[in-house]
Amino acid sequence: MRNDRLELNKNLAQMLKGGVIMDVTTPEQAKIAEAAGACAVMALERIPADIRAAGGVSRMSDPKMIKGIQKAVSIPVMAKCRIGHFAEAQILEAIEIDYIDESEVLSPADQIYHIDKTKFHVPFVCGAKDLGEALRRINEGAAMIRTKGEPGTGDVVQAVRHMRMMQSEIRRLTSMSKDELYDAAKQLQVPYELVVFVHENGKLPVVNFAAGGVATPADAALMMQLGAEGVFVGSGIFKSGNPEKRAAAIVKAVTNFQDSKMLAELSEDLGEAMVGINEQEIELLMAERGK
Amino acid sequence: MKVGILALQGAFIEHEKILEKVGVDIFEIRQKEDIKDSFDGLILPGGESTVMGKLLHDLELFNPLQAMIFEGIPVFGTCAGLLLLAKEIINDNRLHFAAMDISAKRNAYGRQLGSFYTEEEFKGIGKIPMTFIRAPYIESVQSDTEVLAVVDNQIVAAKQKNKLVTSFHPELNQDTAVHEYFIKMIEGKN
Repeated sequence: MRNDRLELNKNLAQMLKGGVIMDVTTPEQAKIAEAAGACAVMALERIPADIRAAGGVSRMSDPKMIKGIQKAVSIPVMAKCRIGHFAEAQILEAIEIDYIDESEVLSPADQIYHIDKTKFHVPFVCGAKDLGEALRRINEGAAMIRTKGEPGTGDVVQAVRHMRMMQSEIRRLTSMSKDELYDAAKQLQVPYELVVFVHENGKLPVVNFAAGGVATPADAALMMQLGAEGVFVGSGIFKSGNPEKRAAAIVKAVTNFQDSKMLAELSEDLGEAMVGINEQEIELLMAERGK
Repeated sequence: MKVGILALQGAFIEHEKILEKVGVDIFEIRQKEDIKDSFDGLILPGGESTVMGKLLHDLELFNPLQAMIFEGIPVFGTCAGLLLLAKEIINDNRLHFAAMDISAKRNAYGRQLGSFYTEEEFKGIGKIPMTFIRAPYIESVQSDTEVLAVVDNQIVAAKQKNKLVTSFHPELNQDTAVHEYFIKMIEGKN
């Protein structure tokens, strides 16, 4: 039964593929996101850019606020809990959230241990910067992976780095001979069976999205061409000049990520993009949380 | 035989893999240029019906595909694809192709905690694996729509002339029987 649940949870991630998951803070924003073509929404009190600006400890959102968003839309609703904070995750499961993001965007609650996600019935998505992190999260029961990127910056550079790192490590494993996989598992600090899966299939055993710093249709197309199976957009939409138009353009860019003519049209007249922070100007590297 | 798979969002690659396994040529439909040449069957995959419904219009695919469905091209909708074809969705006012005489209920089993797996009889095939993910079901069928499978007293598969729908996801399992059933429809044998 345990395994069945994990399978069903991986299956839900498969249904989200080719889609855009948008951060929203109110039922109104959730409705805008749904109407613009979001395949799911992430309910949170403050988007990453504001969490970054406000500083201090950042926690799970008020369940009442999340329930308001669940009522407002018919698409899946996700919410974030702190890394290692299994009590927050239990609360989110109690309100029947569709997906829990054990997220480095919030302040970590545990410096060593992530949540044992196999103990839950609802699915988890986790961030990763490289293949080792991704497979460790999967081993703990994550049903979906996303790149960490650097949330709330509007700078795609770190999402690119993390996606490229994962893809190149996957390619390295697929080209290895079978007897080299034992040592590869040791180097990656992950179970041998997961290494064998990647070696044989050339992909992660779960769906892999891009996240952290996606702000334009071109950013989304870039991540899809680099091998992402879908995109999370956090601050990039509701921190921009025209959220409706930008959201709809990013949705279309993810579907037609290889059609540069269409991407050119989609990129026109979107209004102000979020201002963003360059990598060198960041004081807090969220991607360094939870490895 | 060539089958087009709507590839706007969702689990379209899973359908591609199954059809490749049974030796059918496939292509992806992402924009109107993709349907310039003629083809023999259409698959509407699982995903979010709201997303696909919107993109069908935005990408100017809605009218040509709807016309083809009404003209009789064999079409197979799974989960969200079922909702795209339904003439009535009892808990949603957003209708899409509205081509099949069924009344569907969206997210009928609730949120992700209500998703489940079972094995049940499918008329003309036998017992098959069925995976339901935030699935709809068919509350009632009208006109000449034929019920093909029932789980817990709810209709989960049906057929009307050129249209086949399942509220579960045959593309998520290794079993190819439902896809082969659809291929027989294209060949005029079902």
